[in-house]
Amino acid sequence: MVSLLDSIIGPRLDRAEIQQNEIRYGAPGFFLLVARLLLLVSLFVPFWHMELVAPQYPDNLHLIAYVNHLAGDVSEIDSLNHYIGMRPLGEAAQVERSIGVYVLIGFVMLLELASWVHSRWAVLLVLPALTFPIAFLVDLHLWMSHFGMNLDPNAPLSNSVDPFVPPVLGTGMVGQFKTIAQPGLGLILSSIASVFMILALYFHRRAYLPLLKAQKAQAKA
Amino acid sequence: MRTRTGFRSVLAAGVLLAGTASPAGAQSMRDVQQAAEARGLTTADLLAAAKTFTPTGMKDEYIIFSSGGHSGQVFVIGVPSMRLLRTIAVFTPEPWQGWGYGVGEEILADGDVNGQPNRWGDTHHPALSETNGDYDGQFLFINDKANARVAVIDLRDFETKQIVKNPLIINDHGGTFVTPNTEYVIEGAQYSTPWAQEYAPIHEYREKYKGSVTMWKFDREKGRIDESQSFAIELPPYWQDLSDAGKLVSDGYMFLNSINTELATGGIENKKPPFEAGVSMNATDYLHIIDWHKAEKVYKAGKTMEVNGFPVIPLNVVIEEGLLYLTPEPRSPHGVDVTPKGDFLVVAGKLDPHVTVYSFAKIKDAIANQTFSGKDDFGVPVLDFDSVVEAQVEVGLGPLHTQFGPDGYAYTSLFLDSAVARWTLGGPYASGHSEPDWTLVHKTPVHYNVGHIGAAEGDTVSPDGKYLVSYNKWSVDRFFPTGPLLPQNFQLIDISKQGSEMPVIYDMPIGVGEPHYAQIIKADKLDPWTVYPEIGWDPQTQAVDPWAPRPKMERVERKDDHTVEVYMTAVRSHFTPEHVVVKEGDKVIWRITNIERAVDATHGFCVPQFDINLSLEPGETATFEFIADEPGTYPYYCTEFCSALHLEMMGYFLVEPRE
Repeated sequence: MVSLLDSIIGPRLDRAEIQQNEIRYGAPGFFLLVARLLLLVSLFVPFWHMELVAPQYPDNLHLIAYVNHLAGDVSEIDSLNHYIGMRPLGEAAQVERSIGVYVLIGFVMLLELASWVHSRWAVLLVLPALTFPIAFLVDLHLWMSHFGMNLDPNAPLSNSVDPFVPPVLGTGMVGQFKTIAQPGLGLILSSIASVFMILALYFHRRAYLPLLKAQKAQAKA
Repeated sequence: MRTRTGFRSVLAAGVLLAGTASPAGAQSMRDVQQAAEARGLTTADLLAAAKTFTPTGMKDEYIIFSSGGHSGQVFVIGVPSMRLLRTIAVFTPEPWQGWGYGVGEEILADGDVNGQPNRWGDTHHPALSETNGDYDGQFLFINDKANARVAVIDLRDFETKQIVKNPLIINDHGGTFVTPNTEYVIEGAQYSTPWAQEYAPIHEYREKYKGSVTMWKFDREKGRIDESQSFAIELPPYWQDLSDAGKLVSDGYMFLNSINTELATGGIENKKPPFEAGVSMNATDYLHIIDWHKAEKVYKAGKTMEVNGFPVIPLNVVIEEGLLYLTPEPRSPHGVDVTPKGDFLVVAGKLDPHVTVYSFAKIKDAIANQTFSGKDDFGVPVLDFDSVVEAQVEVGLGPLHTQFGPDGYAYTSLFLDSAVARWTLGGPYASGHSEPDWTLVHKTPVHYNVGHIGAAEGDTVSPDGKYLVSYNKWSVDRFFPTGPLLPQNFQLIDISKQGSEMPVIYDMPIGVGEPHYAQIIKADKLDPWTVYPEIGWDPQTQAVDPWAPRPKMERVERKDDHTVEVYMTAVRSHFTPEHVVVKEGDKVIWRITNIERAVDATHGFCVPQFDINLSLEPGETATFEFIADEPGTYPYYCTEFCSALHLEMMGYFLVEPRE
């Protein structure tokens, strides 16, 4: 049991050695710290927004997704969507929105743990936060296709609009609306966080892999 | 150089290609010239067009609130485009706004007398609410000359909130004007009558017929006139005409013109002088100078009599307390207009080619020193004319009404000359202009028979100049003849340049009623709502109605054997519910909310053959009641083209016959 825990947390270093190689051993932790800060900031800013452009809306309609709520012209978009039989936006991703903040905070805590783990297990701890932006977009796409492909056949205009999936990023067309979907600041920050996580893992490997190898060689000997 | 030109033309071509509305090929001033020649337009016309043409999307710099005359409405017009933006229903039912066809009836009924509906009004003089003598863009007041009523319009939603009927008099004309902080809305009477519509034979005119001015207390917090804090001042039975409140140095005073100081009673059929002669017999009439600050104190001290339940300061108390002084003014006057600093009053007598300018400082001195030339027949002291006059300026024939610019110019309408005169003020205004004081500078012909004029914020403590509108009574040959009844003509005049340049730059026909006065406010002082603040908003209380139907609470509820309540919502493109079934003879209380939040997503709602039509703006809720006395099948529907499926926005109101 002890040896399993040892193998997870990896080789430990004494203070003198860390002080001698501050950059070498400090870099992974520093990058993870930056990544954690970026993720925490992203909780407060929009992750994604879609602009709907049509002649009768000179200021366009806006749909803004945060980790935990939707904002913008939700009621107006819903009232337009009812014509084509799309369910109200509030019914989409309810679970994701209710737990999103806690999940991200959990990811941040895993990153915190990862900075104490000096073995390859660190990768596993970083991976959820690292892949979060992609998971967000995939989830969004799945919901949009679920909503767009399952239109109420009894809706007023169900005959005039074919099922559709607007692109999760980029432009599309639905009826007279042009849709422009763009990442929000939150998604950009969490993506930058992922880059920092990759950097952290790279420097992590450079710092601790030689120690691990040395440990193994020692064990064999 | 060549490359730069090339770059520019490529850029220009790009812009043209990008703009869908632009025709292919470059436009130049030569095209403008050709188009102008084809239509016979002069350079002056093109310049006027450039000053007024308002391309799509561009907004107006000023907003006119115009009386709507017989229409009983207020017209809202943009300047310089001179486009009618909308009408505001006030004294008259108006279907588009749903005013009087399901909502607004209670407010309209407040203007009834003895249960007799008065469903038209002769709106004359709008007054924007003021703070420190300047328009504040919050409220608008307007009078109905025919029935002596005053209405309050809230400029957050441009809807009438209150109509008060004057309990003393039949007609009014000296209203509405407001005191500098809208403490009171002034309503001067017009044709003298006995108090409270009572009968008195015409030979008892001198004894029984009354003149008056009513001071309506305005409660800005509630946005309503507070009738319980209002009072009237009895005046001699002259026909009080226009009025104006003093401001700055003359704050606390107000001024009214009068005609018929002759106390003529007409009788052309009995070979007596007709009113038109009898009323204009004297060379002068009386300018009324009233200390309303002091009158308010007298009212609060209880020195009033009750007439028809309304407090009136009787004429003997008015004289004793020194509330009223008279001074001669040129006969048949129309406007009495206080200069921006409050220091002069300009009176225009229609039958005298001069405007007469009184000095407020001299009036104060004359009152203090009792420089009286005598008393009138009713014992009111008359200030000596020569000791209060500052100047008389010959401006032309039929001077009527005066407005002011920022540069020491005054503008007076000339009814008989069909012109607007620009003339100079003296005293502290002399530095604003280069011409000598108190002289005519220029006259611009207008088409035709101008009544009032309005300059941009031209009756406030800080006039803007720039634009003046001549509210002409006749248009004669200006427009396509629409049968024998022709529109009035609002002419926009550019007064931005000093001296003799002040051209007419736009004609706007008004074919809805005959406007009288109109005020012009800078558009950025107004801040109207574009949707009601919350869903379930009742515009009559300017608050959320706790009974307002909301989504998922729609229902038809039978309260008792003869009462049914309907809770309905409207949203593009359906009403919920779509079937409303009641029994013959049921009283139906119908509540309906427009639950939209999008700007301009207004729904109409009509119940045919029950005389009901509502305008439900986004967020608005309305309640109306009627008796379903005729069994039948009635399709109700949305009367505003709201959406692609507007036609489908309907339902059936079914009235089952009783056994």
